Amino acid sequence: MNGVTILTAIAAAAALAAALGAVLGWVATRLRRDPDALVEQIDALLPQTQCGQCRYPGCRPYADAIARGEAGIDRCPPGGEATVRALAALLDREPRPVDPQYGVTKPPLVALIDEDRCIGCALCLPACPVDAIVGAPRLMHTVLASQCTGCELCLAPCPVDCIGMVEPAAQHPARAWA
Amino acid sequence: MNVRGGLQLKSHKSRPLERPIRVVPAPATLVLALDQGSGEDAVAVVRPGDPVHVGTLVGSAAGAAAALHSPVSGTVREITVRPTPRGVGPCIVIDNDGRDEPATPVLPLDWHALDGTTLLERIATAGAAGLGGAAFPTAAKLALARTTGAELLLLNGAECEPWICCDDALMREHAADVVLGAQVMLTAAGARHCVIAIEDDKPLAVAAVESALGTASDARIAIRVLRALFPLGAEGPLVAAVTGREVPHDGLPPHVGVVCQNVGTAAAIGRFVRDGQPVTRRVVTVTGSGVREPANVEARIGTPIGDLVAACGGYTGTDVRPIAGGSLTGRLVAGDEVPVTKGLNCVLLATVADLPARGPEMPCIRCGDCASACPAGLLPQQLYVAARTDDADGLERFGLGACIECGCCDYVCPSAIPLTARFRAARERQHLQALERRRALEAKVRYERHQHRLAEQAEAERRAFDEARRRAGGQDSGQP
Repeated sequence: MNGVTILTAIAAAAALAAALGAVLGWVATRLRRDPDALVEQIDALLPQTQCGQCRYPGCRPYADAIARGEAGIDRCPPGGEATVRALAALLDREPRPVDPQYGVTKPPLVALIDEDRCIGCALCLPACPVDAIVGAPRLMHTVLASQCTGCELCLAPCPVDCIGMVEPAAQHPARAWA
Repeated sequence: MNVRGGLQLKSHKSRPLERPIRVVPAPATLVLALDQGSGEDAVAVVRPGDPVHVGTLVGSAAGAAAALHSPVSGTVREITVRPTPRGVGPCIVIDNDGRDEPATPVLPLDWHALDGTTLLERIATAGAAGLGGAAFPTAAKLALARTTGAELLLLNGAECEPWICCDDALMREHAADVVLGAQVMLTAAGARHCVIAIEDDKPLAVAAVESALGTASDARIAIRVLRALFPLGAEGPLVAAVTGREVPHDGLPPHVGVVCQNVGTAAAIGRFVRDGQPVTRRVVTVTGSGVREPANVEARIGTPIGDLVAACGGYTGTDVRPIAGGSLTGRLVAGDEVPVTKGLNCVLLATVADLPARGPEMPCIRCGDCASACPAGLLPQQLYVAARTDDADGLERFGLGACIECGCCDYVCPSAIPLTARFRAARERQHLQALERRRALEAKVRYERHQHRLAEQAEAERRAFDEARRRAGGQDSGQP
């Protein structure tokens, strides 16, 4: 054997490694998932209740956290099992039940203000993440039931506890299979 | 005949057809469902306390809902949610004063002098809707035919449901109106010719229409007698049987050059041009072992079905289930207070003898009988698996959208699986999910605006604070 053969082999291996490395590097930058697009996709699967039970201040921030790998997919009680399954399918992860530490899945409810007891303090207005409460200081407030997501964030700020959660007005069954 | 699947069913039409059409007296109170059967609500344009006359517009057309007119004169009592043939829904309740005063003078329409587009408008203002059961606005359907250039107007007199015979009775007694309506619709749709399709179990109706055609002597209109087969009365199978063309899943008959209308709708339009009155009444089959004298009745829209039963001699017993529509495609309804709608073709008062209870549901044995029976060419056994597992992709792939809910698969299933009910439920879920998604999207937009506004407010406050401090700082430096 001679040195030339060994050198040739080493050179060939080095060239191959460099070439493959370059290809891999290019592919990694070129085909990387656009993080914003991923956040959008995750956000689209979340129920948009904006309730913050996931410990993030809304659905979009939670989607962000999932995309960064900070938060698990099991933190959304309003979405329940269906949302976990959809997220698992999107992110290619194992579905699991919603972590009870973040709350339990309940049937959808909407907030209702007891208008006789409302003192018009306006504290619930900024608390509503979707601006579904109409009112002004010293005037009675009311909840737009069709826009209410049932996040319950208005309950805590109310000083007279005049907000309750009720079943939304029934859909006409006729509509359901129209 | 170029038709897939289907069933030959035992007919139960002879008893109601022994008697002529009876007119049900106008009730003291009428309930006009805003959803007349198409699944969409007309928009109420009257308020409680408003006086109405025969033909007063009470609901304006919206989407798949045709205009709705008062069938009596009187006063609007309330607008409220009541049981309807399709479940429950908002209804206009009218107290009848019994005087039957018309809103406008009754004048025949000089339709020969009108062009197609004007005629379409007039048909829309008459509140004409598919009286075969779907209650889709006739004018909208004809307008689509006009824009797509459909050349064939297909009048559907097949009436394949084994208990329903209102179209049969109507063709026997009002064949001239059917033919007149066909002529009007030919002009309105801009179609070249018309075929009136009738199943061969209605020889008297065929004879009556033939004689009316002889009187009208219109070469554009022909009769086509078809072998009786369920569900030939559905649009897709009927188009296939008459023309040999297949309506695509995601298309409508006008896309293959055909526009379908029910013969009852044609008669209503014939009547409209004869006397200028909007559509406020229809023929309904009242049948089943639960009623003493099964008959076809002419009732005003909004008449409670209890009045229809009373006009037919009343109930035979207590154990009667009222079904709106036929035995295969009908739905169980609440009871006597359910009102007649434009889409209500039959009230089947069924006893256990008429519709024996289904056996217990057994597992699917994948025999494939349902696939052979399916007139839409689907694989119900596969759809069933997808519906059971709530598999959205599977439902899409196996064509849930193409299911016409005819019930053939239920009928032949040896395991007594209520397949159609499952498919309907799957559709319901999909619909609710779509609603949910729409709501979520709205909430998202509102949340983003809320966040944006908060950020702007914070920014404004910060600026105001900075500004104040700068000024305060300036003063400080001014006073050493």
